[in-house]
Amino acid sequence: MEALLEVKEEKKTITGSEALLKSLLQEKVETIFGYPGGAIMPIYDALYGHEDELVHVLSRHEQGAVHAAQGYARASGKVGVCFATSGPGATNLITGIADAQIDSTPLVCITGQVASHLLGSDAFQEIDIIGISMPVTKWNFQVTSAEEIPYAISRAFYIATSGRPGPVLIDITKDAQQQLMDFEYTRCEKIRSYQPYPKVDVEKVMEAADLINEAKKPLVIVGQGVMLSGAEGEFQDFIQKAGLPVASTLLGLSAVSTKHPLYVGYTGMHGNYGPNIKTNECDVLIAVGMRFDDRVTGDVNTYAKQAKVIHIELDPAEIDKNVQTEVAINADAKEALRFLTPLLLANTHKDWIQEFRDCDALEHEKIKSDALFPAKGELKMPEVIHRISEATKGQSIVVTDVGQHQMVASRYYQFDEIRSNISSGGLGTMGFCLPAALGAKMGSPQRQVIAIIGDGGFQMTVQELGTIMQYNIDVKILILNNNFLGMVRQWQELFFDRRYSFTEMANPDFVALAASYNIAAKKVSERAELNDAIQTWLSAEGPSLLEVVVEKEENVFPMVPTGSSVSDIRLE
Amino acid sequence: MTMEAAKEYTLSVLTEDKPGLLNRLTIIFSRRKINIGSLNVSSTEVKGVSRYTLVATETKEQLDKVVRQIRKLVDVLGAFVYEEDEITYREIALYKISAELLEKNGEIEELIRNSGVKVVETDKNHLFLEKTGTKEETHKLYLELEPYGILEFVRSGRVAISKSTRKTEAFIKELENSRSNKRSIKDF
Repeated sequence: MEALLEVKEEKKTITGSEALLKSLLQEKVETIFGYPGGAIMPIYDALYGHEDELVHVLSRHEQGAVHAAQGYARASGKVGVCFATSGPGATNLITGIADAQIDSTPLVCITGQVASHLLGSDAFQEIDIIGISMPVTKWNFQVTSAEEIPYAISRAFYIATSGRPGPVLIDITKDAQQQLMDFEYTRCEKIRSYQPYPKVDVEKVMEAADLINEAKKPLVIVGQGVMLSGAEGEFQDFIQKAGLPVASTLLGLSAVSTKHPLYVGYTGMHGNYGPNIKTNECDVLIAVGMRFDDRVTGDVNTYAKQAKVIHIELDPAEIDKNVQTEVAINADAKEALRFLTPLLLANTHKDWIQEFRDCDALEHEKIKSDALFPAKGELKMPEVIHRISEATKGQSIVVTDVGQHQMVASRYYQFDEIRSNISSGGLGTMGFCLPAALGAKMGSPQRQVIAIIGDGGFQMTVQELGTIMQYNIDVKILILNNNFLGMVRQWQELFFDRRYSFTEMANPDFVALAASYNIAAKKVSERAELNDAIQTWLSAEGPSLLEVVVEKEENVFPMVPTGSSVSDIRLE
Repeated sequence: MTMEAAKEYTLSVLTEDKPGLLNRLTIIFSRRKINIGSLNVSSTEVKGVSRYTLVATETKEQLDKVVRQIRKLVDVLGAFVYEEDEITYREIALYKISAELLEKNGEIEELIRNSGVKVVETDKNHLFLEKTGTKEETHKLYLELEPYGILEFVRSGRVAISKSTRKTEAFIKELENSRSNKRSIKDF
């Protein structure tokens, strides 16, 4: 069979489907996650026999495909690509697309569509996926003629990856997939109505530098924007030059090593005590590549009111959206920091940073000492994460689902390597973890990938065990099983008078389930067995699953209750 | 955050002439439950560029956020929010009244003569009146005709031109020449 990618592309007549694959190769795509069906069959037919050029991973559900593409993108920094058919195939992508939109993940989703003459007629498996996906995509486009394919794909990749990244959906009618066309490809480099990289306003940078230089109690919050911009190095220079304490948002975790002397912890609803309390005591708050989500700010009306806020953010719509800024630098983090750091005066803020350490000591006494090192009773989530963190030396990619286990992993995994945290932050998508983890492993095959999931979320996309089995994808799956929807249960306990409405779960035998997929698995409920079980699980060849039965009614603390001020963070 | 009062604002959005854009725009309003009071889409003096003119009653703060989200749409060239004194604007209203009124009532004739109303068409039963002006002006005529009976009334979306010195063509040239399509840092 003829190779899809030729060294020199000559103008030639091919089908729309072949043009799509060639376009993807032009964009250096290596891996596609997808699921075939009627309206995308010509594309799948063109794909047949080209596994050496384009790896296609068959998921077990389209939601699995899109979450896998997200995990792939987050772990590799490349674009995640997925295929689905029309109708239900396309609608099944929506949760993942929405998740990618709110968490700024670059995706290109290709959906098949009924033939163009049937559009609007309620044909079999016809759905207006352009209309449906409009609010959750950065851009979308329907291709109804093969000639539009190179244009659509080149724009899709440019838009998905540039500026604040996001998902793009391209819907291709079946007739367009089959039509013949003259193929020619030019990468998109500019769209006049789209200005993804505003130029750094040097005056704003100088104003920001003055504020930082005069600050007695500065606090930096790092978000995922720093990693998306590839600015981890610039960010370190920035905090080190002026001795700025840095807290991380959920998605910002792993942008800075938890071992860094200026790192003061994770901030937000279940974050550390220090950064939350000190947000309302600092005099200058410097937010870099983050968007002041309500899970970070709590009540915005009492959030950092005493502080002058500097916001370095690429997306202009995020500036002054939730928190009013004193100085806004609307620019890519890497560019902005390159301008800003040279203007800073060397400083250490020793006494101020000590205040964070004092907070840590209090949090340790009130929460961590018991959570991490319980002497008796049932196993607790924090001690399990702590031991995994030790066993992996903080070097693994940690993919989490949504709920208590996610907050516990975010609190206690000691990230020491950049781009190691993959979680559904903004959308809070249960079922994200398992497929995202297999995608992450494919995107970053040299690294160990650990999937940390609750018993509830695991069952939302459990079918992806099939994908893991078929492609022998080496993910280490941890189920923290409390036989409850733990976070909802916690809220019911704290805010709904312990009325545990539909949160208790009867679960299957997870070990037997994994075994049926030929995945090595073990269940642990005794503290004495935990270390050995973790070792066996992590050192297994290929995928493996560890189910740890944890205390049923454990709560995650600290906690900033919804609508409360970050100052009112509860330690118990 | 200070709570300012809602007020009528005019939004002007310059876009590429592409299908589906209206939907993208209105989604931004509807997800915040902001009602669009009037809407007009038209071509501009620049080929391939459309202008959407929208009227909404909201706080400036809220509309500024909406405008920033509109600007993010890939095919949007520019979006601006104006107060009434920053624009020149017109709306067209059409009124259908019974032709009998003219025969029976001299007052109507006088009203038509004095209020800058154009009789655009007549048939044996009806009089079709047109009034161009601000919303207040077309509404004033509505109130004046109301006692006599208005059979049908319709008002167009607002069309507005800003009083700023910016020219659409120059604005678009600027976008075309802007180098913010990629990062200036090479080592990514």
